[in-house]
Amino acid sequence: MPEYLKNTAQIKFNRNLCNGCGICTQVCPHQIIKLKDKKTVIENKNKCMECGACSRNCPKKAIEVKKGVGCAAAVIAGWIRNSEPACGCSSNKKCC
Amino acid sequence: MTSYSKNNIRKTDPELSVKDRLNSVLVRLTINRSNYIVQPGLYSINDPDKDSPVLVSSNYRQSFNILRKNLKGIPAWILVIDTKGINVWCSAGKGTFCDEEIKRSIKKTNLKKIVSHRKIILPQLSAPGVSAYRLKKMTGFEAVYGPVRAEDIPEFLKTGECDEEMRTVRFSLFDRLIVAPAEIVQGMKYLFTLLVIIFFIMLMMDRTELFLNSSINIIAGYLAGTVLGPAFLFYLPGRAFSVKGFFAGIYMSVLLFFTGLSDKSPGYSFGSVMIVAAISSFLLLNFTGSSTYTSLSGVKKEMRYAIPFQIALFLTGFAIFAISLRS
Repeated sequence: MPEYLKNTAQIKFNRNLCNGCGICTQVCPHQIIKLKDKKTVIENKNKCMECGACSRNCPKKAIEVKKGVGCAAAVIAGWIRNSEPACGCSSNKKCC
Repeated sequence: MTSYSKNNIRKTDPELSVKDRLNSVLVRLTINRSNYIVQPGLYSINDPDKDSPVLVSSNYRQSFNILRKNLKGIPAWILVIDTKGINVWCSAGKGTFCDEEIKRSIKKTNLKKIVSHRKIILPQLSAPGVSAYRLKKMTGFEAVYGPVRAEDIPEFLKTGECDEEMRTVRFSLFDRLIVAPAEIVQGMKYLFTLLVIIFFIMLMMDRTELFLNSSINIIAGYLAGTVLGPAFLFYLPGRAFSVKGFFAGIYMSVLLFFTGLSDKSPGYSFGSVMIVAAISSFLLLNFTGSSTYTSLSGVKKEMRYAIPFQIALFLTGFAIFAISLRS
């Protein structure tokens, strides 16, 4: 898998909060998070797509991601509706 | 095929009918895609018992079908939650595949009475919308993430774990091309509008003999952004999709030039190249939504310069093209 734009993805990790449970290493769809010495290490931030799976599943809130869906059509739809990015995948009813 | 039985549990099987197969082709063309749903609830497959695994699915029928197709000979429960007919990854990204909805479904279907264990298996790509530790607190069920692809579920159920490969999303040539029909269909109305505009301009200038040639150029640009670009995505220059799309358009124009399809006057050719490149760049930028590796921050960043560039390129190209018709 190639990399998208460099130094753009917004993902932050606080090593002090990490308890080494490793759930983030499971859920990352690009497998860029690894466990080393019982702590999480984000190996390549350029490969992060900001899906937010790791931060949502981190019980210690050690990972922070500005979650979003990288879809240009959704961004344009958002411009037109003057709202957050919205696409055909969106639903009016959000439950969470 | 699905049918009702006691306790509101519906029965299903791993066999896809001719209708299922036909529909799976139609939704690829975006036909009836937003209504291609399966009723939320609990489904049994291959006569499961109280110890059988529980697999959670979205209620996009395509997702459900792919899941059950991969459960040949495996007794299991499928908990279909209401994601408004949207697939797992998109609904998790948008927040409809979420803890609350799973909790609601567990309650509604009386899952605690049906299985003796307290474990549910989630598709890995639901993780952006679901929080396993929170679900455990909310429902008492341990939420375990299964593999990305349903085809790996038999292996996962056997070993209880996923290797790195099973946990990684792909974007193979097949993956990139299977979405091409939808890309083509979705922009069809713009393509048609543009061709109508060009036809009228040519009609006014009495140059309709060029319309066929011009149509070929525009359609080629369209295919550069929806088929050529996705197919050669990893080999096109640049990281930004708009840059890759620009080059896909340029390459397509060169191809047209050497096949003698766009060699008229210099103004006509030059204008055409710019139009083709602008269209292709815009369409491939839109392909970010179908890709499996673009971030929202990245998309916004490239759009800030790409959209003005594409508009300027298109308008300039169009002006040069229109002027060339006068000579």
